[in-house]
Amino acid sequence: MTSAIWNRLSGVAALRAFSSAIGMLAGGFLILLLLVAFLAPWITPFDVATQNLANANAAPGWPHIMGTDEFGRDVFSRVVYGARTSLSVSATAIGISVSVGMLLGAAAGYFGGMFERIVMTVVDLTWSFPDILIALIFVAIIGPGLTSTTFAIAIAYLAQFTRLTRAQIVRLKNETFVEATINLGATPVHVVLRHLLPNALAPVIVVGMLAVGDGIVLEATLGFFGLGAQPPTPSWGAMMSSGTAQLFIAPWVIIYPGVAVAITVIAVNLFGDELVRALDIRDRVRS
Amino acid sequence: MSMLRVEDLGVSISTISPLSGVSFDLERGEIIGIVGESGSGKSLTAMSVMGLLPLIGGQVDHGKIEFDGIELTGISENEYRKLRGGRIGLITQNPMTSLDPLKKIGPQVDDVSRLHLDHDKSQAKARTIELLGDLRIPEPASIYHLYPHQMSGGMKQRIVIAMALAADPDLLIADEPTTALDVTVQAQIIRLLGDLVKQRNLSLVLITHDMSVVAQTCDKVMVMYAGTAIERGRVQDIFKSPRHPYTKALIGCIPHGLSKTVRLKGIEGTVPGVAQYPAGCRFHPRCGLAEDICKETVPAFDTAGSRAAACHFALGTAQ
Repeated sequence: MTSAIWNRLSGVAALRAFSSAIGMLAGGFLILLLLVAFLAPWITPFDVATQNLANANAAPGWPHIMGTDEFGRDVFSRVVYGARTSLSVSATAIGISVSVGMLLGAAAGYFGGMFERIVMTVVDLTWSFPDILIALIFVAIIGPGLTSTTFAIAIAYLAQFTRLTRAQIVRLKNETFVEATINLGATPVHVVLRHLLPNALAPVIVVGMLAVGDGIVLEATLGFFGLGAQPPTPSWGAMMSSGTAQLFIAPWVIIYPGVAVAITVIAVNLFGDELVRALDIRDRVRS
Repeated sequence: MSMLRVEDLGVSISTISPLSGVSFDLERGEIIGIVGESGSGKSLTAMSVMGLLPLIGGQVDHGKIEFDGIELTGISENEYRKLRGGRIGLITQNPMTSLDPLKKIGPQVDDVSRLHLDHDKSQAKARTIELLGDLRIPEPASIYHLYPHQMSGGMKQRIVIAMALAADPDLLIADEPTTALDVTVQAQIIRLLGDLVKQRNLSLVLITHDMSVVAQTCDKVMVMYAGTAIERGRVQDIFKSPRHPYTKALIGCIPHGLSKTVRLKGIEGTVPGVAQYPAGCRFHPRCGLAEDICKETVPAFDTAGSRAAACHFALGTAQ
């Protein structure tokens, strides 16, 4: 029974990313991080917003294993809740970006013509600016906060997924099986949704995975500038930002969230690389 | 009434006209073979009938395509879509790449009957399994759940045939259905197609460049050369007394037995490209019988009648 389940699971190519040591380690860390984010209320020893000025800037020790910040709040609890903010903002943003980008890219690639020209011109235009600049412009327009950060990141990465999907669709639409499907009377919608997009999905998933890592950095950057999560909501970027003020008296306030960002992004990237290997799509992930 | 009647069909793609003067008709239960070298316009003829020319930026320039009394030139894309896969099935050239690599083959066949016959999921599945059985696929119920990469080329071609048959078409167009397969499998597939035509009373347009396949399976044949039809007739007549020098030369290319003393004759020269079609009869530069008239005047090709040859010096007499 268990071996039957295992056989079925090993048929899912993406799971082969776990088969190497690096994939196992990075993937394991990410799963752990997800668990931590989900279970945050049960594993944090202190409330994230309760201030205790008498115990401000306490060095790591017991009961504050990562010390406390300038308001006496527990850094460990805030890092754990920060994971929630970072992961959810980044994943939501990239999710929006992937869905909208895939639809735009698929429509542009399949129908071509004037529509493709317009979409690709806009996309190439945004592609030529750094992601952070696009995100900053949008946050500046709609104002700071988690929702606007999410949309800003989504827009910043839209170009990437539109380009990638379009490239896949343009390559796929000349395949014989697509012609064969049209020969059998399929409508354009059926061809795009049932045949082209599923075949274009693998590289988009991997690039999306890697983009979640970049999204975390972008979210932290916006947070660092004070444009992301507003106090007292904990976010890694905002924590590092406030940590700069007491860098020399309480370095742990900036170090722990920084390390959290670094390890998470490294894990995402390593796991993404393993996914590329597992899905065997090395030559398809460049847009 | 003819199942399919093509009359003086001409196709243009921007400024070039890669196909002209194609005429044939096909009754229910008949097989017509369309033969010719690569680039002679066989596939383009099939694409015109299927209304797929817009895909390659072409259009029907002149002539008629009549399917079961319906004039197909000028009907809307929506009406065409109902015919494609519905009443007209197409069997594509390369079974290796004609199936979606990500979907199990059963559901791919299901899609066709669900689309054209409004079958629900379980009806479609039952029909697919029955159809796979009809196509002599062993254990159709378990084959249903396989992915294309798990099957051999011959099997995949049967699946492609199943897809073409799934909506119970009246007309099948098979565009070089055996080119990508090895010789033993080729014979099986050709025999299968012949049997299907008899069992289901279909009409079949068989596009091939293999004269011996035509001789074995077809009732009628149309020979094409350089984007135009040059001879048409019943298979026995054509093979017994070809009237066009090109047809005669093609038949001369079929190997007979294992005699070592007779060398097969080839046809000198190559098919001209679409931009360099010669004036007059397009075969004249390679023809042993060519005279001055062949360089200037395009020989006529009868649009009606069962026998026609586009040659100023047609051999034998018209019947």
